[in-house]
Amino acid sequence: MDRPLLVILVSLVAAVLIRLVGNRPVLRETCTFVAAVTKFGLVVSMVPVVLQDGVVESVPIGLVIGSPLHFRVDALGLLFALVASGLWLVTSVYSVGYMRADNSPNQTGYFASFAVCLSATMGIAFAGNLPTFFVFYEILTLATYPLVVHNRTEAAVAGGRKYLVYTLLAGQALLVAVIWSSVLAPGAEFRAGGFLPADAGTAVLLPLFLFFIIGVGVKAAIMPLHGWLPAAMVAPTPVSALLHAVAVVKAGVFGVLRVVGYVFGVDLFRTIGGAGLLAVAAVVTILVASIRALGETNLKRRLAYSTIGQLSYVVLGAAIGSVAALAGAMFYLVAHAFMKITLFFAAGAIHIEKHRNKVSELRGMAQEMPVTMAAFAVGASGLAGIPLFVGFIGKWNLGLGALDAGYPLFVFVLVTSGLLNVMYFYPILYDGFFRPPDHNNGNAGAGRVGRLSREARWTMSMPLAVTAIVTILLGLAPDLGFQFYQLAWSAATTVVSAGGEPGLP
Amino acid sequence: MTSHLPILIVVIPLVAAIMTPLVARMNVRAAQVLDTGVCLTVFLCATTALLRVLDTGPWHYELGGWAPPWGIEYVIDPLSAGMAMLVSFVATLVSIYADAQRRQLPEGRSGLFDSLFLLLVAGLLGIVVAGDMFNLYVFLEVASLAAYGLLSTGGTRAVVATFRYLLLGTIAASFYLLGVGYLYAMTGTLNMADLTTHVPTIVGTAPFGVAVTFIVLGLAIKMAVFPLHAWQPDAYAYAPAAVTGFMAAVMSKVSAYALFRILYFVLRAEGAAAQIISVMGWVAIAGAVAGSVMALAQTDVRRMLAYSSVSQMGFILFGFSLLNPDALTGALLHIVNHAVMKGCLFLAVGVIVWRTRAVTVNGFSGMSQRLPWTSAVFTLAALSMIGLPPTAGFFSKWYLLRGAVDASAWAFVATLVFSSLLSAVYFFRLIERMYFFTPSDEGVRRARLFEVPIGMLGPVVTLGAAVLLLGLLSHPIVVTVVRAALPEL
Repeated sequence: MDRPLLVILVSLVAAVLIRLVGNRPVLRETCTFVAAVTKFGLVVSMVPVVLQDGVVESVPIGLVIGSPLHFRVDALGLLFALVASGLWLVTSVYSVGYMRADNSPNQTGYFASFAVCLSATMGIAFAGNLPTFFVFYEILTLATYPLVVHNRTEAAVAGGRKYLVYTLLAGQALLVAVIWSSVLAPGAEFRAGGFLPADAGTAVLLPLFLFFIIGVGVKAAIMPLHGWLPAAMVAPTPVSALLHAVAVVKAGVFGVLRVVGYVFGVDLFRTIGGAGLLAVAAVVTILVASIRALGETNLKRRLAYSTIGQLSYVVLGAAIGSVAALAGAMFYLVAHAFMKITLFFAAGAIHIEKHRNKVSELRGMAQEMPVTMAAFAVGASGLAGIPLFVGFIGKWNLGLGALDAGYPLFVFVLVTSGLLNVMYFYPILYDGFFRPPDHNNGNAGAGRVGRLSREARWTMSMPLAVTAIVTILLGLAPDLGFQFYQLAWSAATTVVSAGGEPGLP
Repeated sequence: MTSHLPILIVVIPLVAAIMTPLVARMNVRAAQVLDTGVCLTVFLCATTALLRVLDTGPWHYELGGWAPPWGIEYVIDPLSAGMAMLVSFVATLVSIYADAQRRQLPEGRSGLFDSLFLLLVAGLLGIVVAGDMFNLYVFLEVASLAAYGLLSTGGTRAVVATFRYLLLGTIAASFYLLGVGYLYAMTGTLNMADLTTHVPTIVGTAPFGVAVTFIVLGLAIKMAVFPLHAWQPDAYAYAPAAVTGFMAAVMSKVSAYALFRILYFVLRAEGAAAQIISVMGWVAIAGAVAGSVMALAQTDVRRMLAYSSVSQMGFILFGFSLLNPDALTGALLHIVNHAVMKGCLFLAVGVIVWRTRAVTVNGFSGMSQRLPWTSAVFTLAALSMIGLPPTAGFFSKWYLLRGAVDASAWAFVATLVFSSLLSAVYFFRLIERMYFFTPSDEGVRRARLFEVPIGMLGPVVTLGAAVLLLGLLSHPIVVTVVRAALPEL
């Protein structure tokens, strides 16, 4: 049986089993772990094949006339799948700790939905044509909804509603774009360098591009399509960590990369004027989101705005379209995933153990939870783009790519954003590491009593330590283990070399 | 026996309709079993017929051996066999589901209910297999009269609503008959195949235009196309759930089938027919939007579903109006998909009403705790109505949109997108309440494996499974059946 299909089915089967097993925690979580390990193993096993042959293909299955359900794993898709499936494994451990400590109701539905989300994410990563991509993109939208409203509070339902409004609207725009493309170029198979015919003319291709960008831009949280993401922070923290920092939002930026590199191709994309529009949107998003993050007092919301800003690094890389910029963008997709999930894990651990959610409540936290705060420091430094952390490598390539393409302005944007990151993360670190604990904290209720210096339970501290360590290791050796860096460069090179003269506009 | 399948499809339910009241006199249970058994037999006949015509091409059956155009002819092709399968499939499930409805009838009337139901089924199947314009009229009236009787069993308000439907339905049937009369006066034939050969000679004349207009108007009332839909919401809201479920699922679809058959196969979309087809496109756009907006404004869930049908009928009509294979594929696929999903929704609501008496949007709060299975199936069918993959509704929407983009009909692209979003609003409003709100009144039962009698839940769950299967197996269905059913343009 072909591996791409198996990767998708394994968590779908797990979701059904989890439902059947119902309210038996140990069995239920065993299903999750077995599925996560199997999935990750299968994805990893494709790395050498893709590096050698370029692709792993599955047998097409009937979907709609002209376009079968077809999976085709290339370097970019594999990169995304590796991150998402690897972090699912880590997040599952964290989820068990978090949900049990939180005594959360309806955990069966929670774990089942999570498994479906991961199937959809793999489908998006492996999709070989636009209709397949669309089907899984919509399934991801639907499967995430129950997770957003998991807490069943009024705020959760409102957040879920906002999430649906944005994503369903985007889904319709994407549907029109997908169908339009399949009319212009039958089959609509992704191809490095693009498949749309250049002779369709700007009058057709530019509106088509806008439909695409609205379609994938909502999940990528490009401003002004970002409103759902801060609202979705009402979800339990593991959901925010994996879906709203890795799977869902990365599906959005992955979509941007696919549309630019594999639907239009960087040249056509530049000719019709899409590059300029996207670059402006990305720059605005990076700067405005970072400034908004400064003003947020809730830790998770600050992280959400940080995510919005960081996602647009990838969008900016796609807009620049030179080899180094694309490679940097693709690598940043990986880098941001590890850094941001570390931060969310830390925020969740603090929420569960100390019931603190606000930035102002974190004074002296490093004395109480040294591991958690150390991991937080690693993630924050990485996002700020400090060398030796994984974020720096992505940023460096983005900057190189911008210079290659002749846009030094974007380097300035990246540096400014880095400074803003320092401004909204380092006060937290300063409070946490260098100021004494504040015992008069109003919001620090029952959980704190009697375990003042307690670190988070191992099911939560272990995952966040792992992702923090990976953040450092990948910063020192970006190819360590899974060849992330090599995959990113290989994907970027094929996209640009297939599209015409490399690099320069 | 198999050489007489086309006539058996109609005769079996017709004979059974006469027998059931007699059987019910002796044993009520036996009559119900007979009812279901007949529907199932017809389903098997239709399936066999479909397999045969896919293999060997259209099957012309001459009644009593009298050759057309003088004798009566039944025609089975992939389109009519597919429709017959759809009608008998839904009928089988509804005949099982109707058990609870029969119990609410006065003592001794259960056999009559079954008799009317089988008459309705026979009438609809007759419309589907008829190869003759006048025979189609006869079966249309058989089906309509049976439907009036069934709809009115829902109490006083149902009687009033049904009377309104009776008036409009009679006008509709008369319009159709008038149109057929004009065609007969001009060509001297009622046989569809024979009529087709005469069309080129009369296509330019004024009476041809009048005839087509009357036929289309008549069938449009039956289909409840906006703005001729006024009879439908009341009739559907107050009738027993089994009747509503069956009629909403297949009755309007069979009328849509008749329209499609006449416009494309008999009249070959020529002359006045082509003009009417292009007007239909704009009517469809208006209907798709108006239906969704009205659905949004309803507080009674059954009326909401009825208006949603008006909107969906607009989609089907629009697919007919674009003369390209993708749009027609979408329209035909949507006839099947919408029948299954709307039937599923109405039957699910019927279960909810039967169990909790909740009919308003607010009354649905917390329903997933009381009726988890029904709520899950309702949600699945609702997602299909919105057109989200991998459910059936997505695929018909895909082909409709593709046809519209291909024809550069941007107004329809916008309409379809807008209408889908509105349906997302009114369905998610319900889903949100069912799953995330606390129940509005006391008495929450603990979830059991079977929350309602298996006879009610079974058909609902089967239809829910069909919604999913029609989606997952969409490609083979389209390639083997729907594409074979398209007219040659």
